[in-house]
Amino acid sequence: MPAVGQDKLRKEGPKKLTGAALYVDDIPVKGAWHGVTVRSTVPHARIKDIRFLKGFPWKQAVVVTAADIPGINCVRLIEDDQPLLADAITRHVHEPVALIAHPDRSAAYESLKFVEIEYEALPAALTIEESLRKKAILRGSDNVFKQFRIKKGDAAKAMKKAWKTVDTVFRVPHQEQAYIEPQGMVSWFEKDGTLVLLGSLQCPYYIVKAMQPIFGLPEEKIRVVQAVTGGGFGGKEEYPNMIAGHAALLARKAKRPIKMIYDRHEDMAVTTKRHPAVVRHRAGIDRKGKLVALDIDVVMDAGAYLTLSPVVLSRGVLHASGPYTCADVDIRARCVATNTPPNGAYRGFGAPQTLFAAELQWENLSEASKIDSLTLRERNLVKIGSELSTGQILKESVGLKKCLEVVVKRSAYAKRRKEHALWNKKKTAPTWRGIGLAAVHHGSGFTGNGEVFLKSRASLSLTKRGRFRIEAAASEIGQGSMSTLSQIVADALGVPYEWIDLEVNDTRRVPDSGPTVASRTCMVVGGLLHAAARDLKAAILAKTKKFPKTETELQAAAKALAAKGPLRFTRRFEKNTDIEFDDKTYRGDAYGSYGYAALAVDLEVDRTTYEVSVKKVWTAQDIGKAINPKIVEGQIMGGTLQALGWALLEKPVYKNGAMINNQLTNYIIPTAMDAPAMDVVLVEEPYSRGPFGAKGVGEMPMDIPAPAVCAAIRQATGLLFPEIPVTPESIAEALRRKK
Amino acid sequence: MKVLTPRDERDALRLYRRNPDAFPLAGGTDLMVLWNAGLLNKKTILDLSGLRDWSRIRETPKGVWIGALATHAEIRTHPAIRERFPLLVDSCRTVGGRQIQNRGTLGGNIANASPAGDTFPALAVYAALVHTVSDNDRRVMPIDEIFAGVKKTHLKAGELIEGVELQTPPNPPSRWRFRKVGTRAAQAISKTVFAGQLWLGKDKVVDDVKLALGSVAPTVKRLRHVETHLTGRALDGKTIESALRLLPGDIHPIDDIRSTREYRLQVSRNLIRSFLMGR
Ligand SMILES: Cc1cc2nc3c(=O)[nH]c(=O)nc-3n(C[C@H](O)[C@H](O)[C@H](O)COP(=O)(O)OP(=O)(O)OC[C@H]3O[C@@H](n4cnc5c(N)ncnc54)[C@H](O)[C@@H]3O)c2cc1C
Repeated sequence: MPAVGQDKLRKEGPKKLTGAALYVDDIPVKGAWHGVTVRSTVPHARIKDIRFLKGFPWKQAVVVTAADIPGINCVRLIEDDQPLLADAITRHVHEPVALIAHPDRSAAYESLKFVEIEYEALPAALTIEESLRKKAILRGSDNVFKQFRIKKGDAAKAMKKAWKTVDTVFRVPHQEQAYIEPQGMVSWFEKDGTLVLLGSLQCPYYIVKAMQPIFGLPEEKIRVVQAVTGGGFGGKEEYPNMIAGHAALLARKAKRPIKMIYDRHEDMAVTTKRHPAVVRHRAGIDRKGKLVALDIDVVMDAGAYLTLSPVVLSRGVLHASGPYTCADVDIRARCVATNTPPNGAYRGFGAPQTLFAAELQWENLSEASKIDSLTLRERNLVKIGSELSTGQILKESVGLKKCLEVVVKRSAYAKRRKEHALWNKKKTAPTWRGIGLAAVHHGSGFTGNGEVFLKSRASLSLTKRGRFRIEAAASEIGQGSMSTLSQIVADALGVPYEWIDLEVNDTRRVPDSGPTVASRTCMVVGGLLHAAARDLKAAILAKTKKFPKTETELQAAAKALAAKGPLRFTRRFEKNTDIEFDDKTYRGDAYGSYGYAALAVDLEVDRTTYEVSVKKVWTAQDIGKAINPKIVEGQIMGGTLQALGWALLEKPVYKNGAMINNQLTNYIIPTAMDAPAMDVVLVEEPYSRGPFGAKGVGEMPMDIPAPAVCAAIRQATGLLFPEIPVTPESIAEALRRKK
Repeated sequence: MKVLTPRDERDALRLYRRNPDAFPLAGGTDLMVLWNAGLLNKKTILDLSGLRDWSRIRETPKGVWIGALATHAEIRTHPAIRERFPLLVDSCRTVGGRQIQNRGTLGGNIANASPAGDTFPALAVYAALVHTVSDNDRRVMPIDEIFAGVKKTHLKAGELIEGVELQTPPNPPSRWRFRKVGTRAAQAISKTVFAGQLWLGKDKVVDDVKLALGSVAPTVKRLRHVETHLTGRALDGKTIESALRLLPGDIHPIDDIRSTREYRLQVSRNLIRSFLMGR
């Protein structure tokens, strides 16, 4: 029986369920000391002096400052602009300035009270507006880290000719990933000088790359191992480079293993968040409701250093026009520097920011044209043969129309809209009700030529003991990749799912299959493994004539085939010659394939308290092929709830450039009790180059709920909030103003 | 951290007198937060788990006695409380989530004296009496007089809360309501929290009314101005609106990390209005 399409049990499930799984802080490390971080307390300043005060037994501790860095003081990612430890200047609150290790964890924390930093304050730009006004200059002459432009036709001219136009400024805030396990890393040096890092992370090879300049070590002398990881959502894509560098610096100086584990408060205050964005969105339609002009200006807040911001911004602009066709498009996007902790990867990666504007704008267009927003969407949806803003022509696997039809039907959208309109007219009703829609696309895998540059590799082995073993740096972070990849391999080989093992995610044992990001693991790594499995199967068949049917037969065959070590096949990503993308002009095929989704949110606003209660969500998502439907549904439900939090609850409060509600008591993420009923339908429009037709799944659920929520609140209250989160306070205030 | 583990009440009170800086430990749901923040390092803990009797809930001739160590879960499932003090049941149901309700105690909730303590408005409209005991004294204080400010009580050194006495009113109220307005559906700190009881006589004249709000002042507030205005008047829209205008004299909401003064005031007003109008 095939494994693909089945709800196979999670490979790592039993260990997690029984508590046997060891997260980094659970791993006993003999002789390890605890590392803590001295951080700056001001947004922008010259560091005049760092003093280690009397009153703490400093002799028992090891202290590291920038002066102890043997190589280059940087956190290498796209650029080297971010220092591992601030040296002369600090550019944001909470920037690491020094490190302390002590045998006792609480003493290590206690030591922080005995460090004093002397500053000479510099002007600070704390918001996008202040950065654009050049209140402080952090980068170049204008604080712009990166800009993109997508231009197709003549948007200005088309806008003039349009029947109705709208012009709205949308704003979205930071968002905290709130993975269940805070960041943590253990580091030590082995006798032969190899630097080892063991931690909670998504991208082991990023860390290998980041450690090289710091320690001047070659790749072979750096070994990164993923511990069982309690969630990532992008938060453990690049930040682990930082904490890894810190732990390693301390380990080098202390000459012993170092454990650095952030507590929740530190984690929330200092690690990367979703980029806040301001999107000015102008759109024009003709009398038939056809979208004829788009003029969009996107600004994202990168924080103090570049990190991954250009890539986030790139995905943002590439999704800014939504899953619709429009002949004349002009999109300009910038990410700017502010004196705040750097923002980074978070599920959706720039797309939720611009899609929020693209989708919610339909409500304004609907108001202007008196055509309902569903009809407007239907008239403009992409289908096979449609052209996107980059000029990409969609050739296959476009399930958007189907998704929208399913959602409209299952949610009884039209009927509910009518019923709610009646209900809202009742003077004595305790609530206002609304239903809202959204539709999105999400490019699967890396943008443009990203996958070509990555040259990912993944291997499949037959071991001497007769087990099939996946070797890839794909990180299981709760999303189910172990099971999904195993199911793909099992069916490609034609063997039971239970015959498949996964090699430990250790850079000494697995090839670089690329980072665990961008909804790419199943589609790209799964694709490589699918090909490797076919190679391996052919090799076995060539030797055995009859493919082993039982484990005993397989063991017998393996003895011969893998006598001198595992029989291994490795596949490397190959450029898809059908797709072309120009990184300079942003013309061409931005992504090999897109996932598509539609979603409806039904909610009530309490007329006494203005609290919003989401009653039900219906969604249909075209993901090519559900390798493991249960896992896919889990991804969709979890991502939906995360996005409902972003839309309604999660309000990061920043003061003087730092998050001050850095605790889960006051940064409100949804609980299970806040989760509405969800009706999830999987639509499968296969992608010819994905394993069994699979495309990306992970991020789309995060892209879509926020605009649908705001559309529903619009029906309920008559108010269109172009800014999230829509809190009871903001509803109460808007209603007061309207009076 | 030093932990004292008395076997019984006498032992506990004696140890507490000798260690007046000790932190009594009941369910520990508030203390663990301090502990996690390192604020209990080198401090002394007085573990109350040996005081078995103190978790008892029992009916008395006049009403109900709730031992200080009774948990929110025990309170909200107790038949006599469910029958006669539904506002307390409703409030205990909104404390944290199930796990917190299983461990957190009423005594701990009161002693912790958070402005957002969710049981307080219910206790206030029931005019609950808090019984305290120390090595050499016993006292009884009405609930709204035990609080001295944010996280401060009038408990003296060496004094423990022993339990809470609730007296059944002579007539059941015509209407009652509890409503917590928190930041989310569970594990939420209140932005405002309301409890009210109303006795209506002939021609909708208010015979008696007891209203209280939490989270809108440093301590729980009985709304005396509003209550006085309503009492003896016929309950119509005009009376309600004029009573509501007195609300700012009873409460002092503020802007903080969770909400705004304006919202708290407006929603408190809405809660009282909808309760009085019977909506
Ligand atoms: C996640 C979470 C959610 C929460 N949600 C809510 C909520 O929604 N609403 C709410 O009101 N509270 C909430 N709380 C706070 C807390 O759970 C309650 O206040 C609970 O009732 C405290 O009781 P306890 O027995 O756990 O107190 P403990 O932590 O044991 O003690 C609390 C304080 O009271 C003192 N103390 C305890 N017993 C006595 C006594 N008999 N005499 C004198 N002093 C004593 C202790 O020394 C300490 O200072 C929450 C807490 C957490 C951690």
